[in-house]
Amino acid sequence: MASKGPVEGPSIGFDFSNYARNQYLGQTMGGLPKATSTGTTIVGMKFGGGDSGEEEGIVLGADTRATAGSIVADKNCEKIHYLTPNMRCCGAGTAADTEFVTNLISSNLELHALSQGKPARVVTAMTMLKQYLFRYQGHVGAYLVLGGVDSTGAHLFAVQAHGSTDKLPYMTLGSGSLAAMAMFESSFKQNMKREEAIALVARAIRAGVFNDLGSGSNVDVAVITKAGTEMLRNYEMPNERGVKSRNYKFRRGTTAWTKEDVRNLLVSEEVAVTAGAGKLQDTTEASQGMEVDA
Amino acid sequence: MALFAPPPMYADPTMAADKQHAFNPYSENGGSILAIAGADFTVIAGDTRQSEGYSIQTRYARKVWQLTDRCVIATNGFAADGNNFVKRIKQRLEWYEHAHQKQMSIKAIARLTQTMLYGNRFFPYFAYVILGGIDEDGTGAVYSFDPIGSYEREACRAAGAAQSLIQPFLDNQIYFRNQTPAPGAEPFVPGRLPLSTVLGLVIDSFTSATEREIAVGDGLELYVVMKKGRTTDDLVGSDNLIKNMQVQELGALGEGGSERTFLVSLPLKRD
Amino acid sequence: MGSPMEYNGGSVVAMVGKDCVAIATDLRLGQQSIGVAYNFDKVVAVNDKLYYGLPGLATDVYSLREHLRFRVNMYRMKEEREITPKTFTHLVSSSLYEKRFGPWFIEPVVAGLPQPTELDPHPKPFISTMDTIGCITTPKDFAVAGTAADKLYGAAEGLWEPDLEPDDLFETISQTLLNAVDRDCLSGWGAIVHVITQDKVVTRRLRSRMD
Repeated sequence: MASKGPVEGPSIGFDFSNYARNQYLGQTMGGLPKATSTGTTIVGMKFGGGDSGEEEGIVLGADTRATAGSIVADKNCEKIHYLTPNMRCCGAGTAADTEFVTNLISSNLELHALSQGKPARVVTAMTMLKQYLFRYQGHVGAYLVLGGVDSTGAHLFAVQAHGSTDKLPYMTLGSGSLAAMAMFESSFKQNMKREEAIALVARAIRAGVFNDLGSGSNVDVAVITKAGTEMLRNYEMPNERGVKSRNYKFRRGTTAWTKEDVRNLLVSEEVAVTAGAGKLQDTTEASQGMEVDA
Repeated sequence: MALFAPPPMYADPTMAADKQHAFNPYSENGGSILAIAGADFTVIAGDTRQSEGYSIQTRYARKVWQLTDRCVIATNGFAADGNNFVKRIKQRLEWYEHAHQKQMSIKAIARLTQTMLYGNRFFPYFAYVILGGIDEDGTGAVYSFDPIGSYEREACRAAGAAQSLIQPFLDNQIYFRNQTPAPGAEPFVPGRLPLSTVLGLVIDSFTSATEREIAVGDGLELYVVMKKGRTTDDLVGSDNLIKNMQVQELGALGEGGSERTFLVSLPLKRD
Repeated sequence: MGSPMEYNGGSVVAMVGKDCVAIATDLRLGQQSIGVAYNFDKVVAVNDKLYYGLPGLATDVYSLREHLRFRVNMYRMKEEREITPKTFTHLVSSSLYEKRFGPWFIEPVVAGLPQPTELDPHPKPFISTMDTIGCITTPKDFAVAGTAADKLYGAAEGLWEPDLEPDDLFETISQTLLNAVDRDCLSGWGAIVHVITQDKVVTRRLRSRMD
């Protein structure tokens, strides 16, 4: 059955109605456009627990650059996505896929929590993500670092677009993953303190930002403990653009134009009753019409 | 680790035959260069990042070199070809100087560049070349080339990874394209901008390109070639210096020429 | 031969000013290098203070424009209010992502001023852009799309200044668009600029190169 529109009722899932046409277009015109992929550095690590004297938790980190080819499409995008109050998910790969997959799973986790009467566990989120991604055989190009704290403790997973998962104490993903992993391999210790963990994650992201061209701009950090999530958006901003050396404001009238159309909008209106029960008895004041031009 | 391993490639006779390895002698090393000619000076600039794919090979690699007292060359594209091309140009200029007891004019260097590039017509230097300097009349000159030697004298030119970002900006600010002068005002004439304005435009071009093009960044090297006898106050005057900007004068290469060349360097973003 | 994104050509840019937004488009419709029409307006109004542009494959410009007109009308009837720029962006985004595996060849640009309310008497000007499968970016300076996108990025990154008044924003967005499309073979052939403020929308046709 063809996809239903909003009139016939809700339809679910992807609509392939353009697929055959686009295949033909791709063949005859040569090459289909590539979607914005986040050449990215994303990381996650466990901290606390053991004899550190702190409760265990997760630190996630991400850079904020989104690229389209070699052009920077977004200088300050958010790659740490919300799942539940105690779960976050970093996304690399096809930007739209990471966005929509995390949104969908976030909704389903909320429904799950409502139906079960208790917050969903991190493994549940991981399973929902991997089953969804496996179903699309890697065509939904989301590469994720999932972290969270639930009733069974702090958990950190990596989810690949094909549906495979890993459970590790620290991990990196994206084009800057090797630069970031170098920091973890040299400095990671079990049961680190919260502040140490944040510093290490920030350092790993910085390694990606400065040494990988696909990553850049700012460092985002999220810290998840049993108490909840602390979202440290733009935790570090080491790449602010300085002031330009010249001012580029143009003289008004620089651009030549041939036709102008001004559409005035109604900003405020006053209504005065001029007849009927509400009519003013005192006729000293003239009634006011609508004020069209501000 | 694969549960069901595919059959090996050689087991399929149709696939084994058309498997070829092609050696690609070229690479693209990113970065961008730019030159603007003024009435009695020329500015030639390039960033110092050298990259391949998503990796930075070095944060400091030269793209601009001084050739003579009145000519500077900038190359962009495949760094190895660019470097080698400059080396050979320098050798030819040295021979010329020994034979004629004078430095070659920028006009002659431009023609030499064309013949040297076209000489490799069927295995080209993968390098976009820009020459900048002072011509025999003492006016600023910019010559730009394609990799096989087609060239043109212009007032300004951008090349490299950020060419498409910088050139429209330069069209607007150097050639005043699409700008109408104020009623009663003089019409815009390109090529008459003061040095301080041109410097600002070059720096802003590169900071803008660094924001949006991942292959541009790290540092900026900016050569200013000045006509003989021209004041240098507008460059070395301390109030013109931007934060972290360094200016040094490069000594004369030949004898008697009183054109002066300055090297201005400043950092760009490193992400 | 080139991808469907470059088949018809065309570009759109949007910019934020002080309590105003502007959106501008070129007017060319082509078939590869052949120019076909110079009245192909890629920007349309959703309501008084919300405009969007659809650069990309022309057949999809019409399809998506009609789809969005239908969806906005349904929204208006069900909600009995005008759609906000942010909600509209998400509507466009979902429409694009629904066709994830057979996309519209369009990169939309949205520009609008939200209606002031009691809770938010001074709403911020809003612009956004999406890739072909609906990944949203909401910049605070400018948004570009189309065949001249990289040229627009360079020009806008150089020329844009914060807090421009409507009249100054008109000059900046116009100069950005004109100088970018003049370096693009597939864009140009005239341009239209809309500057949106709370009390009026000024639409101007620019004088430009026609080659």
